[in-house]
Amino acid sequence: MTTLFNIWRRMRENRAVMVSGGILIGIVIVAIVGPLISPHDYLQTNFDNLLQRPGTAGFHLFGTDDLGRDLFVRSMLGVQITIVVAVVASVVSLVIGVMYGAVAGYVGGRVDAIMMRFVDTLYALPFIFFVILLMVAFERNFLLIFVAIGAINWLDMARIVRGQTLSLREREFVDAARLTGVSTAAIIMRHIAPNLLGVVIVYVTLTIPQAILVESFLSFLGLGIQEPQTSLGALVDAGVNQMEGASWMLLIPAGLLATILLCFNFFGDAMRDVFDSRSER
Amino acid sequence: MLKYALLRLLGAIPTLLLVIVLAFLMVHAAPGGPFDDERVLSAEIEANIAAAYHLDEPLHRQFYRYFAGLLQGDLGPSYRYRDHTVSELIGTAFPISLKLGTMAMLLAVVFGVAAGSFAALRRNTLPDRSVMAFAMTGISIPVFVIAPVLVLLLAVKLQWLPAGWSGNEGAARFLLPVIALALPQVAYIARLTRASMIDVLASDFVRTARAQGLGTTAIVRYHALKPAMLPVLSYMGPAIAAILTGSVVVEEIFGIPGLGQFFVRAALNRDYTLVLGIVIFYATLVILLNLVVDILYGAIDPRIRQR
Repeated sequence: MTTLFNIWRRMRENRAVMVSGGILIGIVIVAIVGPLISPHDYLQTNFDNLLQRPGTAGFHLFGTDDLGRDLFVRSMLGVQITIVVAVVASVVSLVIGVMYGAVAGYVGGRVDAIMMRFVDTLYALPFIFFVILLMVAFERNFLLIFVAIGAINWLDMARIVRGQTLSLREREFVDAARLTGVSTAAIIMRHIAPNLLGVVIVYVTLTIPQAILVESFLSFLGLGIQEPQTSLGALVDAGVNQMEGASWMLLIPAGLLATILLCFNFFGDAMRDVFDSRSER
Repeated sequence: MLKYALLRLLGAIPTLLLVIVLAFLMVHAAPGGPFDDERVLSAEIEANIAAAYHLDEPLHRQFYRYFAGLLQGDLGPSYRYRDHTVSELIGTAFPISLKLGTMAMLLAVVFGVAAGSFAALRRNTLPDRSVMAFAMTGISIPVFVIAPVLVLLLAVKLQWLPAGWSGNEGAARFLLPVIALALPQVAYIARLTRASMIDVLASDFVRTARAQGLGTTAIVRYHALKPAMLPVLSYMGPAIAAILTGSVVVEEIFGIPGLGQFFVRAALNRDYTLVLGIVIFYATLVILLNLVVDILYGAIDPRIRQR
Protein backbone atom coordinates (compact mmCIF):
# COMPACT_ATOMS: atom_id res chain seq x y z
CA MET A 1 0.00 0.00 0.00
CA THR A 2 2.78 2.39 0.83
CA THR A 3 4.20 2.00 -2.68
CA LEU A 4 0.87 2.85 -4.24
CA PHE A 5 0.63 5.85 -1.97
CA ASN A 6 4.12 6.95 -2.98
CA ILE A 7 3.26 6.65 -6.64
CA TRP A 8 0.14 8.73 -6.10
CA ARG A 9 2.14 11.39 -4.27
CA ARG A 10 4.68 11.58 -7.09
CA MET A 11 1.89 11.77 -9.63
CA ARG A 12 0.38 14.70 -7.76
CA GLU A 13 3.72 16.52 -7.77
CA ASN A 14 4.09 16.08 -11.54
CA ARG A 15 2.27 18.87 -13.33
CA ALA A 16 2.12 17.10 -16.72
CA VAL A 17 0.47 14.06 -15.13
CA MET A 18 -2.16 16.12 -13.33
CA VAL A 19 -2.98 18.42 -16.25
CA SER A 20 -3.18 15.76 -18.96
CA GLY A 21 -4.85 13.27 -16.62
CA GLY A 22 -7.35 15.92 -15.53
CA ILE A 23 -8.26 16.83 -19.10
CA LEU A 24 -8.73 13.15 -19.99
CA ILE A 25 -10.96 12.49 -16.98
CA GLY A 26 -12.95 15.64 -17.82
CA ILE A 27 -13.46 14.49 -21.42
CA VAL A 28 -14.55 11.03 -20.29
CA ILE A 29 -17.03 12.43 -17.75
CA VAL A 30 -18.57 14.78 -20.33
CA ALA A 31 -18.66 11.92 -22.85
CA ILE A 32 -20.61 9.74 -20.41
CA VAL A 33 -22.89 12.36 -18.85
CA GLY A 34 -23.40 14.60 -21.92
CA PRO A 35 -25.51 12.19 -23.99
CA LEU A 36 -27.68 11.45 -20.91
CA ILE A 37 -28.50 15.11 -20.39
CA SER A 38 -28.88 16.08 -24.04
CA PRO A 39 -32.43 16.01 -25.42
CA HIS A 40 -31.12 14.36 -28.61
CA ASP A 41 -29.92 10.87 -29.35
CA TYR A 42 -27.27 9.74 -31.82
CA LEU A 43 -29.71 8.15 -34.30
CA GLN A 44 -32.44 10.72 -34.59
CA THR A 45 -32.27 12.47 -37.98
CA ASN A 46 -33.94 15.79 -38.71
CA PHE A 47 -34.14 16.76 -42.35
CA ASP A 48 -35.44 20.25 -41.57
CA ASN A 49 -32.26 21.04 -39.70
CA LEU A 50 -29.30 19.85 -41.77
CA LEU A 51 -25.79 21.19 -41.14
CA GLN A 52 -26.83 23.64 -38.43
CA ARG A 53 -23.91 25.71 -37.07
CA PRO A 54 -22.69 25.01 -33.54
CA GLY A 55 -24.56 27.10 -30.97
CA THR A 56 -27.33 26.97 -28.43
CA ALA A 57 -30.20 26.94 -30.94
CA GLY A 58 -32.20 23.77 -30.39
CA PHE A 59 -29.51 22.71 -27.90
CA HIS A 60 -27.21 21.52 -30.71
CA LEU A 61 -23.96 22.62 -29.02
CA PHE A 62 -21.75 21.20 -31.77
CA GLY A 63 -24.29 21.79 -34.56
CA THR A 64 -25.81 19.03 -36.67
CA ASP A 65 -24.43 16.81 -39.43
CA ASP A 66 -25.56 16.29 -43.03
CA LEU A 67 -28.46 14.10 -41.84
CA GLY A 68 -29.51 16.56 -39.15
CA ARG A 69 -28.21 14.38 -36.31
CA ASP A 70 -26.90 16.13 -33.22
CA LEU A 71 -23.12 16.33 -33.50
CA PHE A 72 -22.52 16.76 -29.77
CA VAL A 73 -24.12 13.44 -28.91
CA ARG A 74 -22.43 11.73 -31.83
CA SER A 75 -19.01 13.12 -30.90
CA MET A 76 -19.46 11.99 -27.31
CA LEU A 77 -20.52 8.55 -28.49
CA GLY A 78 -17.42 8.58 -30.67
CA VAL A 79 -15.23 9.42 -27.68
CA GLN A 80 -16.83 6.60 -25.66
CA ILE A 81 -16.29 4.01 -28.38
CA THR A 82 -12.79 5.20 -29.20
CA ILE A 83 -11.73 4.99 -25.56
CA VAL A 84 -13.45 1.65 -24.90
CA VAL A 85 -11.83 0.08 -27.98
CA ALA A 86 -8.44 1.47 -26.99
CA VAL A 87 -8.64 0.32 -23.38
CA VAL A 88 -9.88 -3.17 -24.23
CA ALA A 89 -7.29 -3.53 -27.00
CA SER A 90 -4.59 -2.42 -24.58
CA VAL A 91 -5.71 -5.02 -22.05
CA VAL A 92 -5.53 -7.68 -24.78
CA SER A 93 -2.01 -6.59 -25.70
CA LEU A 94 -1.12 -6.42 -22.02
CA VAL A 95 -2.20 -9.99 -21.33
CA ILE A 96 -0.45 -11.38 -24.42
CA GLY A 97 2.66 -9.26 -23.92
CA VAL A 98 3.08 -9.94 -20.20
CA MET A 99 2.54 -13.69 -20.52
CA TYR A 100 4.83 -13.97 -23.54
CA GLY A 101 7.56 -11.77 -22.11
CA ALA A 102 7.42 -13.34 -18.67
CA VAL A 103 7.66 -16.87 -20.03
CA ALA A 104 10.54 -15.99 -22.37
CA GLY A 105 12.42 -14.12 -19.66
CA TYR A 106 11.82 -16.67 -16.92
CA VAL A 107 12.50 -19.85 -18.90
CA GLY A 108 15.47 -18.26 -20.67
CA GLY A 109 18.05 -20.07 -22.75
CA ARG A 110 17.09 -21.43 -26.14
CA VAL A 111 13.35 -20.98 -25.60
CA ASP A 112 13.96 -17.29 -24.90
CA ALA A 113 16.15 -16.93 -28.00
CA ILE A 114 13.54 -18.51 -30.27
CA MET A 115 10.65 -16.57 -28.75
CA MET A 116 12.45 -13.25 -29.10
CA ARG A 117 13.57 -14.05 -32.63
CA PHE A 118 9.88 -14.53 -33.43
CA VAL A 119 9.09 -11.10 -31.95
CA ASP A 120 11.87 -9.55 -34.05
CA THR A 121 10.41 -11.17 -37.14
CA LEU A 122 6.95 -9.80 -36.40
CA TYR A 123 8.42 -6.35 -35.79
CA ALA A 124 9.48 -6.10 -39.41
CA LEU A 125 5.92 -6.62 -40.69
CA PRO A 126 3.61 -3.76 -41.63
CA PHE A 127 0.90 -5.00 -39.28
CA ILE A 128 -1.77 -2.54 -40.14
CA PHE A 129 -2.07 -4.15 -43.57
CA PHE A 130 -2.71 -7.49 -41.97
CA VAL A 131 -5.41 -5.96 -39.82
CA ILE A 132 -7.03 -4.57 -42.95
CA LEU A 133 -6.77 -8.01 -44.53
CA LEU A 134 -8.49 -9.45 -41.46
CA MET A 135 -11.22 -6.83 -41.69
CA VAL A 136 -11.78 -7.69 -45.35
CA ALA A 137 -11.80 -11.42 -44.82
CA PHE A 138 -14.21 -11.47 -41.87
CA GLU A 139 -17.29 -9.56 -40.86
CA ARG A 140 -16.35 -6.31 -39.18
CA ASN A 141 -17.41 -6.70 -35.62
CA PHE A 142 -16.30 -5.00 -32.44
CA LEU A 143 -14.64 -8.04 -30.99
CA LEU A 144 -12.44 -8.54 -34.02
CA ILE A 145 -11.28 -4.92 -33.89
CA PHE A 146 -10.29 -5.30 -30.23
CA VAL A 147 -8.40 -8.50 -30.82
CA ALA A 148 -6.71 -7.30 -34.00
CA ILE A 149 -5.46 -4.07 -32.44
CA GLY A 150 -4.37 -5.86 -29.28
CA ALA A 151 -2.52 -8.39 -31.39
CA ILE A 152 -0.44 -5.64 -32.98
CA ASN A 153 0.57 -3.83 -29.86
CA TRP A 154 1.84 -6.63 -27.65
CA LEU A 155 5.33 -6.74 -29.15
CA ASP A 156 6.78 -3.78 -27.24
CA MET A 157 5.20 -5.02 -24.04
CA ALA A 158 6.69 -8.50 -24.52
CA ARG A 159 10.19 -7.06 -24.98
CA ILE A 160 10.02 -4.83 -21.94
CA VAL A 161 8.50 -7.47 -19.68
CA ARG A 162 11.12 -9.98 -20.78
CA GLY A 163 13.91 -7.60 -19.82
CA GLN A 164 12.41 -7.02 -16.38
CA THR A 165 11.79 -10.73 -15.82
CA LEU A 166 15.39 -11.56 -16.64
CA SER A 167 16.52 -9.50 -13.67
CA LEU A 168 13.63 -10.52 -11.40
CA ARG A 169 14.27 -14.23 -11.70
CA GLU A 170 17.70 -13.83 -10.10
CA ARG A 171 16.15 -12.39 -6.94
CA GLU A 172 16.05 -14.28 -3.64
CA PHE A 173 12.29 -14.58 -3.30
CA VAL A 174 12.13 -16.41 -6.62
CA ASP A 175 14.86 -18.78 -5.46
CA ALA A 176 12.95 -19.32 -2.23
CA ALA A 177 9.74 -20.15 -4.12
CA ARG A 178 11.59 -22.54 -6.39
CA LEU A 179 13.22 -24.29 -3.41
CA THR A 180 9.88 -24.83 -1.69
CA GLY A 181 8.68 -26.59 -4.81
CA VAL A 182 6.37 -24.03 -6.42
CA SER A 183 5.75 -24.84 -10.09
CA THR A 184 7.14 -22.64 -12.86
CA ALA A 185 3.67 -21.53 -13.96
CA ALA A 186 2.76 -20.54 -10.40
CA ILE A 187 6.02 -18.63 -9.95
CA ILE A 188 5.39 -16.64 -13.11
CA MET A 189 1.76 -15.91 -12.17
CA ARG A 190 2.20 -15.20 -8.45
CA HIS A 191 5.71 -13.92 -8.01
CA ILE A 192 6.95 -12.48 -11.31
CA ALA A 193 3.80 -10.89 -12.76
CA PRO A 194 2.88 -8.72 -9.72
CA ASN A 195 6.39 -7.29 -9.64
CA LEU A 196 6.08 -6.11 -13.21
CA LEU A 197 3.27 -3.73 -12.27
CA GLY A 198 5.18 -0.43 -12.53
CA VAL A 199 6.63 -0.98 -15.99
CA VAL A 200 3.38 -2.41 -17.22
CA ILE A 201 1.34 0.60 -16.07
CA VAL A 202 3.68 2.98 -17.87
CA TYR A 203 3.59 1.02 -21.10
CA VAL A 204 -0.16 0.56 -21.03
CA THR A 205 -0.62 4.32 -20.89
CA LEU A 206 1.63 4.54 -23.94
CA THR A 207 -0.18 1.67 -25.70
CA ILE A 208 -3.62 3.27 -25.39
CA PRO A 209 -2.87 6.16 -27.79
CA GLN A 210 -1.43 3.68 -30.28
CA ALA A 211 -4.58 1.60 -30.10
CA ILE A 212 -6.67 4.76 -30.57
CA LEU A 213 -4.60 5.55 -33.66
CA VAL A 214 -5.19 2.14 -35.21
CA GLU A 215 -8.91 2.12 -34.45
CA SER A 216 -9.50 5.62 -35.78
CA PHE A 217 -7.35 4.87 -38.84
CA LEU A 218 -9.53 1.85 -39.67
CA SER A 219 -12.77 3.72 -38.98
CA PHE A 220 -11.56 6.65 -41.08
CA LEU A 221 -11.07 4.31 -44.03
CA GLY A 222 -14.54 2.84 -43.45
CA LEU A 223 -13.14 -0.50 -42.30
CA GLY A 224 -13.67 -0.12 -38.57
CA ILE A 225 -16.73 0.95 -36.61
CA GLN A 226 -19.80 0.92 -38.90
CA GLU A 227 -22.80 3.27 -39.10
CA PRO A 228 -25.00 4.08 -37.22
CA GLN A 229 -22.42 3.50 -34.48
CA THR A 230 -19.56 5.91 -34.74
CA SER A 231 -16.06 6.66 -33.52
CA LEU A 232 -13.87 9.73 -33.77
CA GLY A 233 -12.14 8.33 -36.85
CA ALA A 234 -15.46 7.77 -38.61
CA LEU A 235 -16.60 11.29 -37.64
CA VAL A 236 -13.42 12.82 -39.08
CA ASP A 237 -14.08 10.90 -42.28
CA ALA A 238 -17.63 12.28 -42.44
CA GLY A 239 -16.24 15.75 -41.71
CA VAL A 240 -13.77 15.55 -44.61
CA ASN A 241 -16.69 15.12 -47.02
CA GLN A 242 -18.48 18.19 -45.66
CA MET A 243 -15.57 20.47 -44.86
CA GLU A 244 -16.19 23.13 -47.52
CA GLY A 245 -19.66 24.00 -46.25
CA ALA A 246 -19.54 22.77 -42.68
CA SER A 247 -16.02 22.98 -41.33
CA TRP A 248 -17.18 22.23 -37.76
CA MET A 249 -18.03 18.67 -38.81
CA LEU A 250 -14.30 18.18 -39.44
CA LEU A 251 -12.79 20.44 -36.80
CA ILE A 252 -14.76 19.23 -33.74
CA PRO A 253 -14.01 15.48 -33.97
CA ALA A 254 -10.48 16.22 -35.26
CA GLY A 255 -9.84 18.51 -32.30
CA LEU A 256 -11.23 15.97 -29.82
CA LEU A 257 -9.14 13.16 -31.27
CA ALA A 258 -5.99 15.32 -31.28
CA THR A 259 -6.58 16.43 -27.67
CA ILE A 260 -7.15 12.89 -26.43
CA LEU A 261 -4.05 11.57 -28.20
CA LEU A 262 -1.86 14.45 -27.00
CA CYS A 263 -3.05 14.00 -23.40
CA PHE A 264 -2.42 10.26 -23.42
CA ASN A 265 1.07 10.76 -24.85
CA PHE A 266 1.94 13.48 -22.34
CA PHE A 267 0.46 11.37 -19.53
CA GLY A 268 2.45 8.28 -20.53
CA ASP A 269 5.69 10.26 -20.88
CA ALA A 270 5.19 11.89 -17.50
CA MET A 271 4.28 8.57 -15.86
CA ARG A 272 7.60 7.22 -17.05
CA ASP A 273 9.28 10.04 -15.13
CA VAL A 274 7.19 9.23 -12.06
CA PHE A 275 8.35 5.62 -12.04
CA ASP A 276 11.92 6.47 -13.02
CA SER A 277 12.49 8.83 -10.15
CA ARG A 278 11.03 6.25 -7.80
CA SER A 279 13.68 3.74 -8.79
CA GLU A 280 16.44 6.32 -8.39
CA ARG A 281 15.72 6.72 -4.71
CA MET B 1 30.91 -7.12 -44.94
CA LEU B 2 29.66 -9.31 -47.79
CA LYS B 3 29.12 -12.15 -45.35
CA TYR B 4 27.12 -9.86 -43.09
CA ALA B 5 24.95 -8.74 -46.01
CA LEU B 6 24.36 -12.34 -47.13
CA LEU B 7 23.43 -13.45 -43.61
CA ARG B 8 20.90 -10.64 -43.37
CA LEU B 9 19.47 -11.58 -46.75
CA LEU B 10 19.05 -15.21 -45.66
CA GLY B 11 17.38 -14.01 -42.47
CA ALA B 12 14.77 -12.12 -44.45
CA ILE B 13 13.59 -15.17 -46.41
CA PRO B 14 11.71 -16.92 -43.56
CA THR B 15 9.99 -13.63 -42.72
CA LEU B 16 8.86 -13.29 -46.32
CA LEU B 17 7.55 -16.86 -46.39
CA LEU B 18 5.70 -16.29 -43.13
CA VAL B 19 4.05 -13.20 -44.60
CA ILE B 20 2.94 -15.00 -47.74
CA VAL B 21 1.54 -18.05 -45.91
CA LEU B 22 -0.19 -15.94 -43.26
CA ALA B 23 -1.79 -13.57 -45.77
CA PHE B 24 -2.86 -16.43 -48.03
CA LEU B 25 -4.44 -18.39 -45.19
CA MET B 26 -6.27 -15.35 -43.82
CA VAL B 27 -7.89 -14.63 -47.16
CA HIS B 28 -8.82 -18.24 -47.76
CA ALA B 29 -10.26 -18.73 -44.29
CA ALA B 30 -12.76 -15.98 -45.05
CA PRO B 31 -16.40 -17.01 -44.89
CA GLY B 32 -18.29 -16.60 -48.16
CA GLY B 33 -16.91 -16.58 -51.69
CA PRO B 34 -15.22 -13.79 -53.60
CA PHE B 35 -18.16 -13.60 -56.02
CA ASP B 36 -20.94 -13.24 -53.48
CA ASP B 37 -23.16 -10.53 -54.84
CA GLU B 38 -26.76 -9.44 -54.60
CA ARG B 39 -27.41 -11.48 -57.72
CA VAL B 40 -27.85 -15.17 -56.88
CA LEU B 41 -26.02 -17.42 -59.32
CA SER B 42 -27.09 -20.91 -60.21
CA ALA B 43 -25.05 -23.77 -58.80
CA GLU B 44 -23.57 -24.64 -62.20
CA ILE B 45 -22.33 -21.12 -62.82
CA GLU B 46 -20.81 -20.96 -59.34
CA ALA B 47 -19.04 -24.24 -59.94
CA ASN B 48 -17.75 -22.97 -63.28
CA ILE B 49 -16.43 -19.77 -61.74
CA ALA B 50 -14.80 -21.72 -58.92
CA ALA B 51 -13.16 -24.01 -61.46
CA ALA B 52 -11.96 -21.09 -63.59
CA TYR B 53 -10.21 -19.54 -60.57
CA HIS B 54 -9.09 -22.96 -59.26
CA LEU B 55 -11.13 -22.47 -56.09
CA ASP B 56 -12.36 -26.06 -56.25
CA GLU B 57 -8.89 -27.45 -55.62
CA PRO B 58 -7.66 -28.38 -52.15
CA LEU B 59 -6.04 -25.52 -50.24
CA HIS B 60 -2.45 -26.71 -50.52
CA ARG B 61 -2.76 -27.06 -54.31
CA GLN B 62 -4.12 -23.52 -54.50
CA PHE B 63 -1.20 -22.32 -52.43
CA TYR B 64 1.37 -24.05 -54.65
CA ARG B 65 -0.27 -22.52 -57.69
CA TYR B 66 -0.27 -19.07 -56.09
CA PHE B 67 3.29 -19.38 -54.87
CA ALA B 68 4.58 -20.60 -58.24
CA GLY B 69 2.94 -17.60 -59.87
CA LEU B 70 4.36 -15.31 -57.21
CA LEU B 71 7.91 -16.44 -57.97
CA GLN B 72 7.35 -15.28 -61.54
CA GLY B 73 5.85 -11.99 -60.44
CA ASP B 74 2.29 -13.11 -61.20
CA LEU B 75 -0.18 -12.31 -58.43
CA GLY B 76 -3.20 -13.70 -60.24
CA PRO B 77 -6.29 -12.01 -61.69
CA SER B 78 -8.21 -9.28 -59.88
CA TYR B 79 -11.66 -10.44 -58.82
CA ARG B 80 -13.30 -7.05 -59.39
CA TYR B 81 -11.32 -5.22 -62.05
CA ARG B 82 -12.11 -7.71 -64.81
CA ASP B 83 -9.45 -8.26 -67.48
CA HIS B 84 -6.68 -6.90 -65.22
CA THR B 85 -4.12 -8.88 -63.31
CA VAL B 86 -3.10 -7.79 -59.83
CA SER B 87 0.46 -7.29 -61.04
CA GLU B 88 -0.72 -4.90 -63.77
CA LEU B 89 -2.73 -2.87 -61.31
CA ILE B 90 0.19 -2.63 -58.88
CA GLY B 91 2.46 -1.70 -61.80
CA THR B 92 0.30 1.27 -62.80
CA ALA B 93 -0.47 2.56 -59.32
CA PHE B 94 2.79 2.07 -57.46
CA PRO B 95 5.02 4.64 -59.27
CA ILE B 96 2.80 7.50 -58.04
CA SER B 97 2.95 6.24 -54.45
CA LEU B 98 6.69 5.75 -54.75
CA LYS B 99 7.18 9.35 -55.88
CA LEU B 100 5.00 10.63 -53.05
CA GLY B 101 6.70 8.46 -50.43
CA THR B 102 10.24 9.31 -51.54
CA MET B 103 9.57 13.03 -51.43
CA ALA B 104 7.97 12.75 -47.99
CA MET B 105 10.90 10.71 -46.71
CA LEU B 106 13.50 13.19 -48.00
CA LEU B 107 11.57 16.10 -46.51
CA ALA B 108 11.26 14.27 -43.19
CA VAL B 109 14.97 13.50 -42.91
CA VAL B 110 16.18 16.95 -43.97
CA PHE B 111 13.81 18.95 -41.77
CA GLY B 112 13.81 16.47 -38.92
CA VAL B 113 17.59 16.38 -38.60
CA ALA B 114 17.86 20.15 -39.00
CA ALA B 115 15.20 20.88 -36.37
CA GLY B 116 16.58 18.28 -33.97
CA SER B 117 20.16 19.57 -34.22
CA PHE B 118 18.97 23.14 -33.85
CA ALA B 119 17.06 22.21 -30.68
CA ALA B 120 20.01 20.25 -29.26
CA LEU B 121 22.35 23.23 -29.74
CA ARG B 122 19.93 25.52 -27.92
CA ARG B 123 19.00 23.07 -25.23
CA ASN B 124 16.46 24.23 -22.64
CA THR B 125 15.85 27.57 -24.29
CA LEU B 126 12.59 28.82 -25.73
CA PRO B 127 13.43 27.77 -29.33
CA ASP B 128 14.26 24.26 -28.09
CA ARG B 129 11.04 24.00 -26.12
CA SER B 130 8.97 25.21 -29.08
CA VAL B 131 10.57 22.68 -31.43
CA MET B 132 9.93 19.90 -28.92
CA ALA B 133 6.33 20.96 -28.28
CA PHE B 134 5.79 20.96 -32.03
CA ALA B 135 7.38 17.51 -32.23
CA MET B 136 5.11 16.09 -29.52
CA THR B 137 2.08 17.47 -31.34
CA GLY B 138 3.28 16.10 -34.67
CA ILE B 139 3.83 12.64 -33.19
CA SER B 140 0.46 12.53 -31.45
CA ILE B 141 -1.80 13.76 -34.23
CA PRO B 142 -2.47 11.25 -36.99
CA VAL B 143 -2.06 11.97 -40.70
CA PHE B 144 -5.79 11.71 -41.34
CA VAL B 145 -6.36 14.64 -38.98
CA ILE B 146 -3.42 16.76 -40.17
CA ALA B 147 -4.18 16.33 -43.88
CA PRO B 148 -7.81 17.50 -43.94
CA VAL B 149 -7.09 20.38 -41.54
CA LEU B 150 -4.23 21.52 -43.82
CA VAL B 151 -6.56 21.30 -46.81
CA LEU B 152 -9.24 23.28 -45.00
CA LEU B 153 -6.77 25.96 -43.99
CA LEU B 154 -4.43 26.30 -46.99
CA ALA B 155 -6.65 25.20 -49.86
CA VAL B 156 -10.27 25.95 -48.93
CA LYS B 157 -9.95 29.07 -46.75
CA LEU B 158 -6.73 30.74 -47.96
CA GLN B 159 -6.72 29.18 -51.45
CA TRP B 160 -2.93 29.15 -51.62
CA LEU B 161 -2.58 25.59 -52.78
CA PRO B 162 -4.71 23.22 -54.86
CA ALA B 163 -6.76 20.83 -52.71
CA GLY B 164 -7.21 17.94 -55.09
CA TRP B 165 -5.16 15.86 -57.44
CA SER B 166 -7.25 15.81 -60.59
CA GLY B 167 -7.52 19.05 -62.54
CA ASN B 168 -4.17 20.26 -61.27
CA GLU B 169 -0.80 19.91 -62.91
CA GLY B 170 2.84 20.02 -61.93
CA ALA B 171 4.55 20.14 -58.57
CA ALA B 172 1.89 22.17 -56.73
CA ARG B 173 -0.45 19.21 -56.44
CA PHE B 174 2.26 17.22 -54.67
CA LEU B 175 2.92 19.89 -52.07
CA LEU B 176 0.08 19.38 -49.59
CA PRO B 177 0.05 15.56 -49.70
CA VAL B 178 3.80 15.42 -49.20
CA ILE B 179 3.71 17.87 -46.28
CA ALA B 180 0.86 15.99 -44.60
CA LEU B 181 2.65 12.69 -45.06
CA ALA B 182 6.02 13.98 -43.86
CA LEU B 183 4.94 16.01 -40.83
CA PRO B 184 4.69 13.19 -38.23
CA GLN B 185 8.02 11.80 -39.42
CA VAL B 186 9.67 15.23 -39.25
CA ALA B 187 8.49 15.38 -35.64
CA TYR B 188 9.74 11.92 -34.74
CA ILE B 189 13.12 12.37 -36.43
CA ALA B 190 13.55 15.77 -34.75
CA ARG B 191 13.09 14.15 -31.33
CA LEU B 192 15.48 11.33 -32.15
CA THR B 193 18.13 13.69 -33.52
CA ARG B 194 17.87 16.05 -30.56
CA ALA B 195 18.39 13.24 -28.03
CA SER B 196 21.33 11.67 -29.83
CA MET B 197 22.90 15.04 -30.70
CA ILE B 198 22.87 15.99 -27.02
CA ASP B 199 24.63 12.71 -26.23
CA VAL B 200 27.21 13.19 -28.95
CA LEU B 201 27.90 16.81 -28.03
CA ALA B 202 28.76 15.64 -24.50
CA SER B 203 31.30 13.08 -25.75
CA ASP B 204 35.09 13.31 -25.45
CA PHE B 205 35.93 13.78 -29.11
CA VAL B 206 33.65 16.82 -29.31
CA ARG B 207 35.35 18.30 -26.24
CA THR B 208 38.72 17.71 -27.90
CA ALA B 209 37.57 19.39 -31.09
CA ARG B 210 36.31 22.32 -29.07
CA ALA B 211 39.61 22.53 -27.19
CA GLN B 212 41.39 22.74 -30.51
CA GLY B 213 39.37 25.88 -31.20
CA LEU B 214 36.82 24.60 -33.71
CA GLY B 215 33.59 26.59 -33.99
CA THR B 216 30.21 25.05 -33.26
CA THR B 217 29.22 24.90 -36.93
CA ALA B 218 32.38 23.02 -37.87
CA ILE B 219 32.05 20.64 -34.94
CA VAL B 220 28.48 19.74 -35.84
CA ARG B 221 29.22 19.48 -39.53
CA TYR B 222 32.43 17.45 -39.45
CA HIS B 223 32.28 15.57 -36.15
CA ALA B 224 28.91 15.38 -34.46
CA LEU B 225 26.40 15.02 -37.28
CA LYS B 226 27.42 11.58 -38.50
CA PRO B 227 27.34 9.73 -35.16
CA ALA B 228 24.21 11.62 -34.16
CA MET B 229 22.47 10.35 -37.31
CA LEU B 230 22.85 6.66 -36.39
CA PRO B 231 19.59 6.39 -34.40
CA VAL B 232 17.84 8.19 -37.27
CA LEU B 233 19.17 5.60 -39.68
CA SER B 234 17.89 2.75 -37.57
CA TYR B 235 14.51 4.48 -37.42
CA MET B 236 14.31 4.40 -41.23
CA GLY B 237 12.68 0.94 -41.18
CA PRO B 238 9.68 1.94 -39.02
CA ALA B 239 9.56 5.27 -40.88
CA ILE B 240 9.13 3.49 -44.20
CA ALA B 241 6.29 1.42 -42.78
CA ALA B 242 4.67 4.54 -41.31
CA ILE B 243 4.90 6.42 -44.60
CA LEU B 244 3.35 3.50 -46.49
CA THR B 245 0.48 3.41 -43.99
CA GLY B 246 0.15 7.18 -44.12
CA SER B 247 0.07 7.22 -47.90
CA VAL B 248 -3.05 5.03 -47.81
CA VAL B 249 -4.83 7.83 -45.96
CA VAL B 250 -3.27 10.71 -47.87
CA GLU B 251 -4.09 9.21 -51.26
CA GLU B 252 -7.67 8.68 -50.11
CA ILE B 253 -8.03 12.29 -48.90
CA PHE B 254 -6.42 13.97 -51.90
CA GLY B 255 -7.80 11.54 -54.47
CA ILE B 256 -4.38 10.44 -55.70
CA PRO B 257 -4.62 7.33 -57.89
CA GLY B 258 -1.76 5.52 -56.15
CA LEU B 259 -1.45 2.08 -54.65
CA GLY B 260 -2.87 3.17 -51.30
CA GLN B 261 -6.12 4.22 -52.88
CA PHE B 262 -6.32 0.97 -54.81
CA PHE B 263 -5.76 -0.87 -51.57
CA VAL B 264 -8.62 0.87 -49.74
CA ARG B 265 -10.96 0.44 -52.70
CA ALA B 266 -10.02 -3.23 -52.95
CA ALA B 267 -10.60 -3.69 -49.22
CA LEU B 268 -14.03 -2.03 -49.38
CA ASN B 269 -14.97 -4.02 -52.53
CA ARG B 270 -13.71 -7.28 -51.02
CA ASP B 271 -11.45 -7.84 -54.01
CA TYR B 272 -9.63 -10.69 -52.27
CA THR B 273 -6.85 -11.30 -54.75
CA LEU B 274 -6.03 -7.61 -55.11
CA VAL B 275 -5.91 -7.08 -51.33
CA LEU B 276 -3.81 -10.21 -50.91
CA GLY B 277 -1.46 -9.12 -53.69
CA ILE B 278 -1.02 -5.61 -52.33
CA VAL B 279 -0.43 -6.85 -48.76
CA ILE B 280 2.25 -9.22 -50.00
CA PHE B 281 3.75 -6.47 -52.16
CA TYR B 282 3.81 -3.96 -49.27
CA ALA B 283 5.22 -6.49 -46.83
CA THR B 284 7.95 -7.50 -49.26
CA LEU B 285 8.79 -3.86 -49.84
CA VAL B 286 9.03 -3.15 -46.11
CA ILE B 287 11.14 -6.24 -45.45
CA LEU B 288 13.51 -5.47 -48.34
CA LEU B 289 13.89 -1.81 -47.36
CA ASN B 290 14.53 -2.87 -43.76
CA LEU B 291 17.21 -5.17 -45.12
CA VAL B 292 18.81 -2.29 -47.03
CA VAL B 293 18.76 -0.14 -43.89
CA ASP B 294 20.32 -2.98 -41.87
CA ILE B 295 23.10 -3.47 -44.38
CA LEU B 296 23.74 0.28 -44.62
CA TYR B 297 23.91 0.43 -40.85
CA GLY B 298 26.44 -2.38 -40.83
CA ALA B 299 28.48 -0.59 -43.48
CA ILE B 300 28.54 2.65 -41.49
CA ASP B 301 28.98 1.24 -38.00
CA PRO B 302 31.42 -1.70 -37.84
CA ARG B 303 30.38 -2.51 -34.24
CA ILE B 304 27.05 -3.87 -35.54
CA ARG B 305 28.71 -6.37 -37.87
CA GLN B 306 30.55 -8.05 -34.99
CA ARG B 307 27.37 -9.43 -33.43
